[in-house]
Amino acid sequence: MARRPRGDRAFYWLTLLMALSVFVLIVLIGYELAHGSHLALRKFGWRFLVSSDWDPVNEQFGALPFIFGTLVSSAIALLIAVPLSIATAVYLTEIAPFWLRQVLTLFIELLAAVPSVILGLWGIFVMVPWCRVHLFPRLRDTLGFLPLFKGPIYGLSMLAGGIIVAIMILPIITSVSREILRSVPGLQREAAYALGATRWEVTRIAVLSYARKGLFGAVILGLGRALGETMAVTMVIGNRPEIAASLFAPGYTLASVVANEFTEATTDLYLHALFELGLVLLGLTVLVNCLAQLLLKTFAGAAVRPQT
Amino acid sequence: MDTAYHRWRKLKNTCMQVLTCLCALLVVMPLGLIFYHVLKSGIGSVNWAFFTQLPKPVGEEGGGMANAIVGTFELLGLAAVMGIPVGVLGGVFLAEYGSQRLNWWIRFAADGLNGVPSIIWGMVVYALVVVPMKGFSAWAGGIVLGTMMIPLIMRTTEEVLLLVPGGYREAALALGISQWRTVLQIVVRTALKGIITGILLALARVSGETAPLLFTAFGNRFWNRHLTEPISAIPLQVFSYAISPYEDWRRQAWAGALVLLLFVAIVNVSVRLLTRDRFAQRS
Repeated sequence: MARRPRGDRAFYWLTLLMALSVFVLIVLIGYELAHGSHLALRKFGWRFLVSSDWDPVNEQFGALPFIFGTLVSSAIALLIAVPLSIATAVYLTEIAPFWLRQVLTLFIELLAAVPSVILGLWGIFVMVPWCRVHLFPRLRDTLGFLPLFKGPIYGLSMLAGGIIVAIMILPIITSVSREILRSVPGLQREAAYALGATRWEVTRIAVLSYARKGLFGAVILGLGRALGETMAVTMVIGNRPEIAASLFAPGYTLASVVANEFTEATTDLYLHALFELGLVLLGLTVLVNCLAQLLLKTFAGAAVRPQT
Repeated sequence: MDTAYHRWRKLKNTCMQVLTCLCALLVVMPLGLIFYHVLKSGIGSVNWAFFTQLPKPVGEEGGGMANAIVGTFELLGLAAVMGIPVGVLGGVFLAEYGSQRLNWWIRFAADGLNGVPSIIWGMVVYALVVVPMKGFSAWAGGIVLGTMMIPLIMRTTEEVLLLVPGGYREAALALGISQWRTVLQIVVRTALKGIITGILLALARVSGETAPLLFTAFGNRFWNRHLTEPISAIPLQVFSYAISPYEDWRRQAWAGALVLLLFVAIVNVSVRLLTRDRFAQRS
């Protein structure tokens, strides 16, 4: 092949360089977080992950309460968001009339665009007071025999944090699930209809079970987002580093402790411990996101793009 | 035909349809509630002073967020200068060049970067920019938002470029136009509307980011006179006012939230209405 003109080669290399910048960014993220936390890594080792001391004055740092808070708030969020989002995606692709699909889709995209600090503001002044007065006492009255729903009600709590995160991940799980359901071949549906199935039976037998793997990918992608949510959670979760059985007790997440304490970190070790929390969070999200992408990309070869 | 079992199946069918409809309503309900409360609590405080004055010290009524509004646009400008060229050219590479395997990895990496929590971007840019420059700065804030835009824009650009029919490229090449000019002047130009859509959506998305700005741009209660100084942004100001104990500050937090929410909503809705044809074709 003849050498390509200089302009072509230059442009090719320019675009290649820009495309490769994503790898540079990944390496930078990993390097900076590891480098920024080496003091804490060396001092605490694996103990950091299982210790629940968080005492900046005596320079004792452990990540367990924050890992616990992140996982529990994300789990609550998934419990609320997954059934709602998948049902909504089913409604949008299988049941709703065409004009309503467009309107609802626009609303869901708008919900995804609401900045998390606004959601947090709404959370503090509207949702948390409502929960404290209406939702939480009712939960305690009906489900109070479980340790999860015992104890004093402050309002700012793990459960409030979970609900806010649920609102934040509803749109992404819904829109990815919708793409997945839309990529189910029409023949699947027609075959089931031809056997005399009702519309719900078609959805359950031909659509949902066909799309199971992709839907699982959508859920995992939502989990990835839930783990890293910062502002809205920080504003409603109560910010207390303790491990409590009750969901009414305040909690703390990896992302919110970094947001709150980063600029207050007075000693090097303190700052390095916060960087290590970032490293733990990064590890969790990378793991979850890789799993989600593999699931989505292998799903029946469908070109489903993880949305943002 | 109308056996009991048949009736039961029909009943179940109706129930499930109603149930999914209720779920859909429940999903969009928070959006309605948020708009309602932000409008109700914010509208009274969005006035001339809000757009033209600096924040007043604690205890003094009034004041505004002029510095934060300008700051947000300054940060977006810096982010755009960084994020758009890298993102668009990277997207061009993904759509026009490269091997299947390399591009798979680039896509995988870009999607992975999209999933990195925004607070982590803040920490990385803190270590990369703030520490060497010995201080929080508008530069750091712009850089963090710009890097967050790169993978977003890269993926949307690639997606719209792939929609350009191959015949356009072949026709241009057959006329003897060099490849890079074909890409820039034919392919990119055809898809320009879609690329701009992606850029606007990315800008709207990062305009509401708070977490990565906390320890890069840091916030400032006065005007930012130089890009090496801390700078304020609407979301930062909303956050610090929201968690403050002062009634007047909370009032301003709602006002800031209203302005930010309207900005984000207007960009999103107008972009989606403008490009509805394209989206309708795909569905």
